[in-house]
Amino acid sequence: MNPLAAIGRAFLAFLAATGRIGLFTVSAVSHCVRPPIYPRLIGRQLIEIGYYSLPVVGLTTLFSGMVLALQSYTGFARFSAEGAVATVVVLSMTRELGPVLAGLMVAGRIGASMAAEIGTMRVTEQIDALTTLSTNPFKYLVVPRILAGLISLPILVLVGDIVGVFGGYLVGVNKLGFNAGNYLSNTWEFLEAIDVISGLVKAAVFGFLISLMGCYHGYNSGGGAQGVGLATTNAVVSASILILVSNYAITEMFFAR
Amino acid sequence: MADESPKIRIRDLHKSFGENHVLRGLDLDVAVSESVVVIGGSGTGKSVLLKCILGLMEPDQGSIEIDGTEVVAMPRAEREQLMHKFGMLFQGGALFDSLKVWENVAFGLIQAEGMERDQAREIAFAKLAQVGLGEDVAALLPAELSGGMQKRVSLARAIATEPEIIFFDEPTTGLDPIMADVINDLIVKCVRELGATTLSITHDMASTRKISDRVAMLYEGRIIWAGETDGIDTSGNDHVDQFIHGRADGPIKMAVRRS
Ligand SMILES: Nc1ncnc2c1ncn2[C@@H]1O[C@H](COP(=O)(O)OP(=O)(O)O)[C@@H](O)[C@H]1O
Ligand SMILES: [Mg+2]
Repeated sequence: MNPLAAIGRAFLAFLAATGRIGLFTVSAVSHCVRPPIYPRLIGRQLIEIGYYSLPVVGLTTLFSGMVLALQSYTGFARFSAEGAVATVVVLSMTRELGPVLAGLMVAGRIGASMAAEIGTMRVTEQIDALTTLSTNPFKYLVVPRILAGLISLPILVLVGDIVGVFGGYLVGVNKLGFNAGNYLSNTWEFLEAIDVISGLVKAAVFGFLISLMGCYHGYNSGGGAQGVGLATTNAVVSASILILVSNYAITEMFFAR
Repeated sequence: MADESPKIRIRDLHKSFGENHVLRGLDLDVAVSESVVVIGGSGTGKSVLLKCILGLMEPDQGSIEIDGTEVVAMPRAEREQLMHKFGMLFQGGALFDSLKVWENVAFGLIQAEGMERDQAREIAFAKLAQVGLGEDVAALLPAELSGGMQKRVSLARAIATEPEIIFFDEPTTGLDPIMADVINDLIVKCVRELGATTLSITHDMASTRKISDRVAMLYEGRIIWAGETDGIDTSGNDHVDQFIHGRADGPIKMAVRRS
């Protein structure tokens, strides 16, 4: 009907959703800092989010490092700056590609399974059952996942950074004919602590956002298999968008002067 | 029991979902150690009633007293304390599918009462034995059990913390008549051993006759009839008669909404 009304309605729905997510976030964070905390559950989530994501993150960053070396070499050869390849690889990996790629891969892997698991618990009344057994579902389900996301993403990204640089090294030395020692010293030469730290800060934020979206959409899942399916999709899409948006914001915070 | 305040006392309870007025001024009393069954068709709000009492849903209006204390809009800390009095058998079992059977049964003991795992496991085994399940079942996951066995595990979990008040949400729905009768017997036995007060909801008349002292019929958001279970065949209420004989014709028109 009236297009303005439709836009207005969509905008109001967006505001309402933002408000609900905001309340959920406040509640989740406040439970994170109040006992009881369940170390066993956090440990299990660390394994689930951190350890089992290692292959995915490792493979993604390995090939990204490799292709980065190849691309920047052919590009830089046009103005005889091939020597910058190692620097480009390490800076792009630590500042951008490591956290963003790991974040997006983990969002797909973990955000989806979190939303599906918690959503299924919602529709099968397991969350209600927790409450009747005097256990706060926020503390039992949400807090361990958020803390584990916050802790494991930076570790994953650190591993991903190293693997990515190694991928660039493999291509640089074996295919592009760099001297191994030169390549490595070029890698370290222009690398600063802030490059790595900004990447790890991003990773922690992304880990928080992935778990938050997985929990939020699962927790508020509608009825039946369809509701859980929708929650899964929404968790992955919203986490991915938030990762890209916050990535820009954090980058600007660190480097725009 | 006239001098004792009821264990559960509900007055003028209202709950709507949008235009759907599910509960419309419901009154109900459950005396100490009494077993009351609420009967009513699918989607009449029986589960909603239990969820309001448990605090899983906030009623729109009305009063619910447990042991004389108002519990509607109770602060969360007090509500968590109150939960220790309750046990609940959910309609679908609601077993935690990532935990083993014994961990499900021991859940309340470990999480709520802070009991050591070893001690809680002993009690879980005893409760499982009480519902006729052996130690071989204890290490399985809920998904590996049949529907009847899952109901038994849920029952064991509901009674594990020895609650004062137990709620049963359609304990026999989805079971064959023999298994349903086994569950009914177990409910009667376990409740008698604990001396607990129970409020059950069902549309299974055989189950109702077996487990209840008193019956209340929920229709259009109110209790339209309540009385001793023995008197249910001579209630003189058309709605009750239609329901217990399962007739399509009569004053009750089936709701079309989901239950
Ligand atoms: N969380 C909810 N949101 C919206 N409507 C609900 C919700 N829970 C129950 N209802 C509605 O309340 C009515 C009663 O549901 P319920 O108590 O589950 O019925 P039953 O008597 O079969 O247990 C149904 O019409 C159902 O659609
Ligand atoms: Mg129901």
